[in-house]
Order: sequence, then structure tokens, then C-alpha cells
Amino acid sequence: MTMLEELPKPAALAADLLAVRGLKVELQTPRATLRPVDGVSFAVRAGETFALLGESGCGKSMTALALMRLLPMAARIAAGQVEFSGRDLLARPEAAMREVRGGQIAMIFQEPSTSLNPVMTVFDQIAEVLGLHRGLYGEAARGEALRLLGAVGIPDPAERLSAYPFELSGGMKQRVMIAMALAGEPQLLIADEPTTALDVTIQAQVLEVLMRLQAERGMGMLLITHDLGVVSKMAHQVGVMYAGELVETGDRAHFFAAPLHPYSRKLFAALPSEALRGHALETLQGTVPPLDRAFAGCRFADRCPAVMARCHSEAPGWHSVDGQQVRCHLFENERAEWVKAAPGAVVPAAAAKADGPVLETRGLEVHFPIRKGLFKRVVGHVRAVDGVSLSISAGRTLALVGESGCGKTTVGKAILQLVRPTAGEVLFGKHQLVGLSPQAMKPHRKGLQMVFQDPFASLNPRMRIGDILLEGMAALKVGESLEARSARIDELLQRVGLDPAMRSRFPHEFSGGQRQRIAIARALAVAPALIVCDEPTSALDVSVQAQILNLLRELQAELGLSYLFITHNLAVVDYLAHDVAVMYLGRIVEAGPAEQVLRAPAHPYTRALLAAVPKLDGEHGFAAGAGGEIPSPINPPGGCHFHPRCPLAREVCRGEYPGQTTLGGSHVVHCHAVSEGWGGAH
Amino acid sequence: MFGYIVRRALYALPILLGVNLLTFALFFVVNTPDDMARMQLGAKRVTPEAIENWKAERGYDKPRFYNDKAFGVSKFTDTIFYDKSLKMFAFEFGAADDGRDIAEEIRSRMVPSLAIALPTFLLGLYVTVSLALLLVFFRQTALDFSGVVLCVAMMSVSSLFYIIGGQWLVAKIWQLVPISGYTGGLDGARFLILPVLVSVVAGIGANTRWYRTIFLEEVSRDYVRTARAKGLSELRVLFRHVLKNAMIPVLTGVVVVIPLLFMGSLLVESFFGIPGLGSYTIDAINAQDFSVVRAMVFIGSLLYIVGLLLTDISYTLVDPRVRLE
Repeated sequence: MTMLEELPKPAALAADLLAVRGLKVELQTPRATLRPVDGVSFAVRAGETFALLGESGCGKSMTALALMRLLPMAARIAAGQVEFSGRDLLARPEAAMREVRGGQIAMIFQEPSTSLNPVMTVFDQIAEVLGLHRGLYGEAARGEALRLLGAVGIPDPAERLSAYPFELSGGMKQRVMIAMALAGEPQLLIADEPTTALDVTIQAQVLEVLMRLQAERGMGMLLITHDLGVVSKMAHQVGVMYAGELVETGDRAHFFAAPLHPYSRKLFAALPSEALRGHALETLQGTVPPLDRAFAGCRFADRCPAVMARCHSEAPGWHSVDGQQVRCHLFENERAEWVKAAPGAVVPAAAAKADGPVLETRGLEVHFPIRKGLFKRVVGHVRAVDGVSLSISAGRTLALVGESGCGKTTVGKAILQLVRPTAGEVLFGKHQLVGLSPQAMKPHRKGLQMVFQDPFASLNPRMRIGDILLEGMAALKVGESLEARSARIDELLQRVGLDPAMRSRFPHEFSGGQRQRIAIARALAVAPALIVCDEPTSALDVSVQAQILNLLRELQAELGLSYLFITHNLAVVDYLAHDVAVMYLGRIVEAGPAEQVLRAPAHPYTRALLAAVPKLDGEHGFAAGAGGEIPSPINPPGGCHFHPRCPLAREVCRGEYPGQTTLGGSHVVHCHAVSEGWGGAH
Repeated sequence: MFGYIVRRALYALPILLGVNLLTFALFFVVNTPDDMARMQLGAKRVTPEAIENWKAERGYDKPRFYNDKAFGVSKFTDTIFYDKSLKMFAFEFGAADDGRDIAEEIRSRMVPSLAIALPTFLLGLYVTVSLALLLVFFRQTALDFSGVVLCVAMMSVSSLFYIIGGQWLVAKIWQLVPISGYTGGLDGARFLILPVLVSVVAGIGANTRWYRTIFLEEVSRDYVRTARAKGLSELRVLFRHVLKNAMIPVLTGVVVVIPLLFMGSLLVESFFGIPGLGSYTIDAINAQDFSVVRAMVFIGSLLYIVGLLLTDISYTLVDPRVRLE
């Protein structure tokens, strides 16, 4: 029984640019043979975007690499057909395949900072494609490269041609990648998580470039992503992948109106949003099954809320519902009525503790000196944090939001005295932390802990979990005896949802979500009052992110913890935060209660950030976000830092930094347009 | 860039002074001139007068740091430290035990040393990098695997084996080149072939394996995948993309030894009778000629410091991210 007969073919098969049928990839590992792609069939039409949606490890990137025949050495294509413009790519000899790569199918990758050759100039890297596929050299290549850089929206393209990748920002690098991909005038572009490593504002800009160029050139696009928002803005067709196979395909409008497969629905339900505030997020139980075996039943059966007996024994076939295809027994006879899952249990708000802030910063400054010359004289400062005043109350969450490079992580580190503030105050309770010696700081460390972004890098790979948790307690003298500490470790692991028996394992034996739980347990071990969470979920899949956010909420309700939540993800902020502070180039530009700042944003920067978040409304395209990029904090623009990117900027914005305007309650903003009431501001 | 070089050169001065002090301590404090005299004279001839004579002949009878019998500046200059140690900064090494001027000797012996070491270095680099690229091109195949096994086998064999084996096979059995010896000029080439060949072969195992590791690490990087996705051939990917990036770690190990090529090779020069600095050092150690050994130790450290500076400068040539200030 092959996929070929089962999948209903779209009517306009003739227009298919790329048709993949029954693609299987096998990956040889020392222990077993895995099947990361196991019978995938789909088609991409010219001028359309097919989005392959799925969480990490579902086989979507492997599928893309298999199409290009660029699989890693341990992997091979075991079965299937890849038909591109009517020719079978898998039957081509390697030499002929090289004409396809870059010339007819081009690819852009997730991580622009590692995907460009660090020691070659932008021009050299683009010119390689121009020479290889279009026979353009010398002046002709230069002219074409200039045109391409202009087309992807790179300012001063002539200067950028001779730049090296390290001289460009992440967004600019990804534009160069796109220019390079377009240089061979491909008919199909494969974009593998093209904006995952970028800020929302930059993501919006890059996606816009991709959409525009696709429309201009009538290119087909295979977009690989885990982000429902990106799919909603970009895709014409959607395919959802789970554990190596497609479980649902359909067009965007239908998919976003009514996702069919229980897995697709879970993905939607796991997304944090304002509407779910106060409710636990839906999570997926268990993990993706290992791919080293043959499956008898549905691969999602073990995690499915609507599982039936036959799901375990009988693999579901494709069923068609209103033009959508879904692989699930639920839809065998008619469209199953799906009761929209009731929002999760309400998590009670933390009981208000003593009045007054747990932590306060006043005019916090962190300036890093720049040294030059024979005697390393200080010639300037990087004003990473430039006068930040924040206040966090007991049992509340303050979200610190901004683009990368705005200084938000430095604020977190400066609060914990992990970097020394150059000026300002950090008041923890009644204690001034700035200027304390490491010894004097030690008693306060119990009260202040941190959870880092990357759970893979922040746990020592050579220490057992139990020792990782013990280390902090021992260093800060929490718990009297080894037995008491040991009992506490069991309790902590249980509290974060892990089996205490796991304490003797090493970090590499855990998944990303589990590691982040361990990192949270480590922070909790010393019973802190405040945890600084630095992007704790941005390296995690949506369903795992939901688990971690739920855990953080529960812990807050139970223990009355305060969080400083450093993030760029506004949906998470909307779901979790009580208060929000928006940071730009080292300064807070707007702050206040979450519902006011996010529902009625006053600062143009806050509005631009909100506009750049792709919404799940199934509408194509983007609202106008902020143009340009965050400038260097070495030499910030005079006047209001934001004026070069601001649509409302006037003469006064170039001249002086705006003072603080209070918009009622604790909602404050720094903006001339607001204080003087022009440009449609409040 | 220029400022950086000047600063690094200034940093080198205290290091060199430290090296100078340490060698002085080793040669004149740990091992006193009296000890040297006893060793040189041999047990039978040691008398107090003979020791005093031996020391006076070489100027070792002066005080170490401060001469209170002298006047003015000579209180400091008429000492062992000034005469034997500080003067090395001006490349004045004095005379060896056989009475010849050490500086002169070093100058004339540099040429044969370089005649062996430079071709060995260049040919060795070319051969091992090519072999490593070959193994990486055929990675995860039988060729790669057997290549690595062969490298390990070649590393495990003592370099003496290559020298003696080479002399026996190439010079004695096949009689293609002389077993040992040296003459200047073009005519000397036939004497150089075998030692160069032997040195290159002796280095193949370790270096090929090392470069292969570097290239393999580089081949798995994201930008290499990008290069393949452009449609470049595997050879072009290796030469244009991988090689250039891999040069950065390779340089660390390679450039630092360039200045040290002047020092020659101890073993090869002795076995092939090359009158270079390597054999000079070995002979001096055997003959317990301390002034020569001291001079060679000092020159060695000087060249090593130059090598480190060259390494840092060479980074700017291959890695645009490194700017020296």
C-alpha cells in the first residue's frame, strides 16, 4: 500500500513545479537505522508557497536536503520520486544534479551567521553562483550582484559587496543569503527556517522581501518552519509533518480556519496568547516516538487526546475533508465534530505578599569601555544599559522586551551583579547590591537566580543532574546536611515534573524541555524570591514551550516568585506578564501594566514591535513594522534614539531625548509625539 | 597594524630578558664555573690551579653581577653576567672551546641547516595537506579508514628508523645518493635529497592525521552545506571554501616553526653529517661546550618569540575577522 494511490491528487497537476512522491530517507546511526522521512508526498506549484510545518526532529529539514540530494553522509534516500519540471531528480547523475542546485533550486538556511563563508566577501560568494550558473564574470557579475543586493533591500549595496559576513547584522546576512540564492535565477526556492534566528521586526522585513521576490519572479517556494505565524503570512499550501510523515495538507485558508488533525490542533492550542491569560496552556503528553521502528498504528496515537483502539493497530489512510487532506481515523466517515478544547485549568494568581517591590533598579547603567591604541586608552563606551529604572513586585512578572542588541540581557546580568554596573542602584528588598564585594553579595545570591536561554549550553555536560542541583545549594549553604539537600533535590525534580530517579543521569540524556526544567530546578534549589528568566523558551518547540510556561506560572502561584522575564516573544509576554517594559538601545521607552502597553501602545517602537508579530488570522502579508535595524550602542543617534526608524519623527526628535510622559497609572512613555500630541499618538 | 607590531616587539623585550636571566642562572648559578671546569678537565687533571687557569682563560673568574674591584661603569660591565649573558643581545657570543668565534660559526652553519629545513618544511606541508585533503574527499570510505591506520602506524615508528632505513635502502642498496656528507653550491643537492625525503616521510603520519581532523571539522560546517547548495563541485568546495577556513587553525601550528627552521634538525644533521646548527648543538652538548649551548638556547627563544609574532600577523592575512590593533 503506497502513498501514491492514497493521496488524492490536486486537479492542476500539470502546473506542479515540484512533485515529491513517497520520499523515504534512512539515517544510519551507530545503534539503529532511523527513518526521519518516511513516505512523504507533496507538490509545490510555480508562484506558490508550500509550507512544511512541524516541530524539531519531525523530518522537515531532512526532506529539504533530500530534494537537493545534499543529505549528510550517513543518510540516504531509500525510496520515492522527486519530480522537478517533469524530470526525475533522483535519477540524475551527480554532475547533472549540480546544475539543478543553485541554478534551478536554491536554498536558504536557518542560521545566517554560520551559513555564509566567514572568510569570503559578499561579492565573492554571490559571484560564485553567477559564474557557475549564468556565465557572468567581472563587471557583468558585479553589476548583477549590485542589482541583487538592491532587490533584497540592502542599503549601500556597492559598499556591502566588499564586506565580509561578520561585518553585517543577522538580518543583512540573511538578505545576502537570499540574494545568493536568487543569483542563479531558480524556479524553486527552499527556505529552511529562514527567519527563526532573527528578531520579529527583522523577520517581518525578510519575509516581506521573500514574498515580493516570489511574486515578481513567479518562483515556487518550499518554506520549512515551526512557526504558525510565519505559515499564516506566507503560505498558499500547508503540510503538517509529524514523526517523519505528513499528517495533514491543505490550503492556508482552510487550515487556519479549521485544522483537522489532532496534532495540528494541539499546535494551535499550545500557542500562548492574551486570550489564554490565567489559564494553563494545552500541552502534548509524552514525546515523539523513536523513528527506528516500523509503526503498526498511527504515530501520534500515544499522545492523541482523541485516540481510539484501532489507532494503535491500524495506520490511518488519507481522508479528504473540504479539500483538506488528513491522515486520521477520526475522519473516516464524515467530518468529526471537534469540540474546541476548553481553556486549561485556571491557575490562581499569586497571593499578594508584602507591599513594595522585591527588586528595584534606579538609573542602572552598564557602559563597556572601548580601548584602542598602543596604551589601550579608552576611546569610547558601549552604552549597553543607559539609565534603566525598573520595579518588580512580589509574585508578579515583569517582561523586558526588545530586539536583540538592545541591552536586555545585560540588564538581567547587572541585576545579579554578574556584570558590574557602572552607575545606578539595584535595590533587592532594602539592600543595595551595586558595589558589593563578591563575598558580601553571596547571601543575596540565594534570593536572586537566573534561568538561561540555551538549555543545551547552560548545564555542565560532565556533571550529573543531582550534582548540578547540589552545587548551588552547597555553595550558598542551603540545607544543613547532605541528607537534607539530597531530599530537597528529589523534591525539586518532582516539582518541575521529572522523576527523582533521573538525578544520576547526565544532561545529554534529556530533551531540551527537560533540560530547561532542570535549569529551573537549579534556580529553585536555593529558594529565591526573584528569578531572571533570559529567553527561557526561545530555543524550545511550541508544545514544549507551553509546558515550561505552565510550570513557571504554577511555581509563581505556589511560591509567590517574581520573574524578570527577558524575551523578544510578544505572545509569551501577552500570556504571562503582569507588567511590561520595552527597551530600545539601552533605555526603557515605554513601561506599564501589560494590558495597557500591549493593548494601547503609545510609543511608535512598541507599536512597530507588535505590528511585526505575524498573526494567525490567515491573512497574507504584513502590517508596516519598523524599517531599518537597531543602531550601534557605541554611537547612538542623537535626540530620541528611535528617530531614524520612526514614522512620526520630527525636528524635535533629532534634537533632544524625550522626557517621561505618564499616561495614567504606571503607564509611562518617552516620546515627543505622545507628550506633544501629534502624529496620531495618544 | 604597525602599532601592534611595535607593541608586541616591546612585550618581547622583558620575555627575552627573562630567558636571558634564566639561562644565566642555569649555566652560572645552578652549574657553577667551577663545576664546568671540573667536568672539562676530567677527574685526573683537576687541581685548584688548573681550575683557576681554565676559568681565567674563558673569563669565568670574574664576579657574577657586581665587580667591587673595578671602577665606574665597569663595576657592572666587568662581570660574567654582562660578558656572557647581556652581550648575547648584541649577538656577541664569544669563542667556543675550540677557540672559534661562535657568532661567525652560526652564520656559516645557518646555510646548510636551511638547505635541509626549508625544503623539508615546504614539501612536508604540501604533501601532508594534500594527503589530508585526499582523505577528507574520500571520508567515511575504506580509503579514508586505511589512510588513518597507515598514519597511525607511521607515527608509531621512531624517526631513527626512517633515517637508518632510508640510508640503507636508498643510499646503500639502490645507491641513488650518497649516504651522508655535504658540499656547498648546486653540487650539494645530491647530498640533500635523502635527508629531506626522510624528514618529510617521518612527518607524514602525525601531520596528515592532524590536518585531516581540522579539515573534517570544517567540512561539517553550515557554510560548506551552503556552498554545495550553490551547485559547486566537491573539489571546488574543498579548495575554495574548506581550505581557506581550515588555514586558520593550520597556521597556528605552522607559522610558529618557520623561524626555528634556522636551528636545523638535531637528529637528521648528525646522522647525515650536515654541518648545520643542529649538529653544532649536538656536538656542543657532547663536548660540554657551554658557551655554544648557551648561545643556541638564547637564539632558539628569540626565534620562537618571532614565530609567535609572525603567527599573529599571519592571522590577519587569512582571517578578515582578525584586525590587529
